[in-house]
Amino acid sequence: MRYAMAIDTKKCVGCSDCVVACQTENNVPHGYCRDWIVENVSGAYPIVEIELRSERCNHCENAPCVRCCPTGASHTVEGGIVMVTHDECIGCGACIQSCPYDARYSHPDGYVDKCTFCQHRLEKGQNTACVDVCPTKCLHFGDIEDPYSDVSLALKNRSWKVLAPEAGTKPQLYFLT
Amino acid sequence: MKEELFISGRDIPNIDPFLNIWHWQIPLYLYLGGIAAGIMFFAGLFTIMGKEKEMATTVKWAPFLVPIALVLGLFALFLDLKHEMYFWRLYTTVRMGSPMSWGAWTLMLVTPLSMIWSATYLKEAVPNWNWKSKLIEQTIDFFAKKRREMAWIMMFLAVVLGVYTGILLSAFNARPLWNTSILGPLFLVSGLSTGLATIIWMSKNKTERRIMSQIDIVLIAVELFLIVHLFMGFLSATAVQVEAAELFLGGQFTVTFWVFVVILGLAFPAVLEILELRGFHIPIWIPALLILFGGLVFRFVMVEAGQITRYLY
Repeated sequence: MRYAMAIDTKKCVGCSDCVVACQTENNVPHGYCRDWIVENVSGAYPIVEIELRSERCNHCENAPCVRCCPTGASHTVEGGIVMVTHDECIGCGACIQSCPYDARYSHPDGYVDKCTFCQHRLEKGQNTACVDVCPTKCLHFGDIEDPYSDVSLALKNRSWKVLAPEAGTKPQLYFLT
Repeated sequence: MKEELFISGRDIPNIDPFLNIWHWQIPLYLYLGGIAAGIMFFAGLFTIMGKEKEMATTVKWAPFLVPIALVLGLFALFLDLKHEMYFWRLYTTVRMGSPMSWGAWTLMLVTPLSMIWSATYLKEAVPNWNWKSKLIEQTIDFFAKKRREMAWIMMFLAVVLGVYTGILLSAFNARPLWNTSILGPLFLVSGLSTGLATIIWMSKNKTERRIMSQIDIVLIAVELFLIVHLFMGFLSATAVQVEAAELFLGGQFTVTFWVFVVILGLAFPAVLEILELRGFHIPIWIPALLILFGGLVFRFVMVEAGQITRYLY
């Protein structure tokens, strides 16, 4: 079992609904967020291209944050989800330095916080909050080892990319292009 | 296609400006750790060589600074933590993959060892010193007889500590400037050199200073060689590492690095030390101070610049 997410950059309109849903679902303090929208505009006028990406923790298979954590607060649970145990985190910042995706932030309470793939919802058989709320249905989530899961089907007939594959972290967010 | 327009990014005011999460505490700690490692290494080395009398400052007096430096460094580290009341979690687990974990454990061994080492020489430093407890007195006497064994352990741990100050940074592949294994030896040599500078500054003995200056010149040469190697490595590596090197080759850290670290912190003091060995009269504190200052700037620059470098996508 390996949870993964596919984000359809051709469908995403950058509405930030996923961001607000996550903040509400996970009680993220005001002004912080565990997922975010990146807007890339490139090209030479008048031929310009825009790519909108809903980004979050990549739940890397080779997670540098888990490796460098001195206390084991950052750890991987079933399904490859990278989690942080708050009362084991000393707030040293090593994981923040180690993440090529800037997916972690220092919570005002001191510990480091990040996307959990809504593990508390997955346990109940629900989808993540961001996936459920997306109005364009551009987020696909599921077990990538199951060929019939939503994410596997989404990846099947489309070209996709992962971010900074050269960092060697084996990220599990797939961006459909 | 010519890319005339390229806008990219995310903007989270509460997160993005704070991702460079390490400030003055970390470089200061790396600096103090390096000095401590340097002093301990040479105290151990000259004890094993049986030169306690000739090299009294190195073996006996300079090590009194080690526990002070380590405790100050640890305090700086503590200040750096954001969830500081949980710092004890470091000592409930050993994580071999995490340099910070084995660094914490190394410090757990090094700090008491350096205190015991100094305690065995305390009676020589303060003749009227009284431990006021038979048990403590006997324990210290026991360790005083085992100085040679302690010296071996101390040398080994000094190398671990010195290398660790560099490996701490080089373990982060998300920061291309740090992600090179040469930082380990580079920080070790720089630490040894700053430790030596401290000893040279403290020493009143001409022969001792002479020996230490000679070692220091060799260390500075090695350090310059490693710095050249560092940049050769970057410039022949991936795009992000070339970009990282460019911060020092025309970028914002060029002047600070080459003027304060390489020229004033390494090359110039080496020249002064060579001149002094040739018989010119140069106040010893000048090269020592320059080396110490250069080492401090080096760590600040590396920590600061490393946090700017990142993968772009």
